[in-house]
Amino acid sequence: MIRLENLSKHFASSIAVDGVSMEVAEGEVCVLLGPSGCGKTTTMKMINRLIEPSSGKVFIDGRDTSSVDVVELRRSIGYVIQQIGLFPNKTIEDNICIVPDLLGKDRKASRRRAAELLEMVNLDPAIFSKRYPKELSGGQQQRVGVIRALAADPPVLLMDEPFGAIDPINREVIQDEFMKLQASLKKTVIFVSHDIDEAVKMASNVAIFRSGKLVQYDTPDNLLAHPADSFVADFVGTDRTLKRLRLISVRDAMTADPPRVRAEDPAELATALMREHDHASIVMVGPRGRARGYVRRDTTEGRAEPISELFEKLPCMINVNDNLRNAVSMMFTNDLSWLPCVDDDGFYKGYITQQGITHLLGATYRDI
Amino acid sequence: MMGKPAWAMISRLCRWLSMVAIFALGILAHSSGLTASVAEYWGDIRYLSIQHLELTAISGAMAIVIGIPLGVLLARGKLGFMGPIIAQIVNLGTTIPTLAILALAMTVLGLGSPPALFGLTVLTILPIMLNTIAGLRSIPPALIEAARGMGMTNGQILMKVELPNAMFVILAGIRTALAINIGTVPLAFLIGGGGLGELIFTGIDLMDTGMLLAGAIPTALLAILVDIAASQVQFWLVPRGINPLR
Ligand SMILES: Nc1ncnc2c1ncn2[C@@H]1O[C@H](COP(=O)(O)OP(=O)(O)OP(=O)(O)O)[C@@H](O)[C@H]1O
Ligand SMILES: [Mg+2]
Repeated sequence: MIRLENLSKHFASSIAVDGVSMEVAEGEVCVLLGPSGCGKTTTMKMINRLIEPSSGKVFIDGRDTSSVDVVELRRSIGYVIQQIGLFPNKTIEDNICIVPDLLGKDRKASRRRAAELLEMVNLDPAIFSKRYPKELSGGQQQRVGVIRALAADPPVLLMDEPFGAIDPINREVIQDEFMKLQASLKKTVIFVSHDIDEAVKMASNVAIFRSGKLVQYDTPDNLLAHPADSFVADFVGTDRTLKRLRLISVRDAMTADPPRVRAEDPAELATALMREHDHASIVMVGPRGRARGYVRRDTTEGRAEPISELFEKLPCMINVNDNLRNAVSMMFTNDLSWLPCVDDDGFYKGYITQQGITHLLGATYRDI
Repeated sequence: MMGKPAWAMISRLCRWLSMVAIFALGILAHSSGLTASVAEYWGDIRYLSIQHLELTAISGAMAIVIGIPLGVLLARGKLGFMGPIIAQIVNLGTTIPTLAILALAMTVLGLGSPPALFGLTVLTILPIMLNTIAGLRSIPPALIEAARGMGMTNGQILMKVELPNAMFVILAGIRTALAINIGTVPLAFLIGGGGLGELIFTGIDLMDTGMLLAGAIPTALLAILVDIAASQVQFWLVPRGINPLR
């Protein structure tokens, strides 16, 4: 969808971007990541030609952008800048509809779309449409900045540290909102950031820059597991393995289809199952398979009464769609070495252990 | 920064005070029998006031038409480097006495309204141009980058982003300019330009206080009225999003 070919930018005093080649597939989010001054913004601005490349080419959908009329090109690319850049003289609604208005689209239709977009980022159109930017908080303005770029439904979106100016809590919220938007709109997004956590959270692929050069272009998990060199390793942080936790879902890490017992089963059965699987405890499920409780081996050993008289309540469970970061956090909080995993309806799907997680994270390193 | 209510209250207070002052002056004038002698000139006052306003309107309009584009040219684009030079010339211009400008205009254009209009226009351009430059310069570069990145042409950036956002400052310049203009029009009489100056200067020559005041009071009233009108324009024309008065 977007292809950079040997793209370079030389300023009088410095080389800002040096021979960058990469490709972003349709519907992907590519995060440009790197320390300050490494050429992220310059690379991005060469895509909508706010900066003309010194050499190299940019293709969007196979078309060489230097052969397209520059105004037309920019109107077909959504653009979000870090300073937000809402026009203070226009209402929120008119700000959102700037590109549709430039394109001469039907006013009513674009105002309706603006209202829809406002709702998608949890701003009530009845309250905000007619307000002016100065009457919004920073986070609200940031949201408007993002949906303004989406108003004309461009296939490509460029975002230069769009959430940089927001406090960490609000940033997480807006990131989540954006990911939800992106899941339904499937734009091809290039996103500048210097926050590794943001990159890991949002990216399909991360491009790491160092003084104008692209040093690694990889999926977030590969980047964290196999940094190309010590610069990348330093940049992603010594806790990079912990960051990978967020990328792996509980479903992928759990032991599926585990042994289980029912309330009416005798304690001997539980003891036998635990001995067979070498477990110290076993989950008790209800008649249809919902996780209800658990029993320990040292409780059942040598007993014969039904499980219903011996079981304990489960202190916590984790959803299979959650990520390992939350799973590990839950284990630490409750001082547990394992967690039962359930689906949205509470059915028992598997279990996850600290040892299993360690093993999984380590697997990729042992492969080398 | 004062809140909106404070601003509104102060401007309303000023307006009332000026009303009261005018009223007090009226009483004073009446008690000394001056109203009667001023009223003698009613016909002249009407005729000359209209002439006065015409001079202001025409020179003001010309100054706006010339001053804003000139400011735009100097604030952006290739002529940007000329900005400081022009500003210097302009500063020099403001230090030249008004009368000297009028006299110079007269030597070139002869007597009558053309040199008066020329001189008044030159005087009025300066604040308008300076405020246009200041207004445009104060626009954050990020706004312009956002506009360009969204695919606005240079013309659209100027008309939809730069001028609207500089409008409050530009209008402030126009307001100042008109105040200077209306107060300077009486001098136009000296080069045959007409206006209320005729009553003022003739009154001075003849030591006729009634005649003098018949020129001076309407001049002051016109200045106040035009300023009120301009402030209303400023209040209503500039959108709420960038209007510090609203
Ligand atoms: N117009 C310019 N003229 C000269 N040098 C420039 C210009 N714009 C950028 N540079 C230089 O190019 C390099 C890359 O700049 P760029 O803005 O792309 O960095 P960045 O990666 O976006 O950094 P940041 O995270 O701080 O935004 C910097 O060293 C900068 O000083
Ligand atoms: Mg940058």
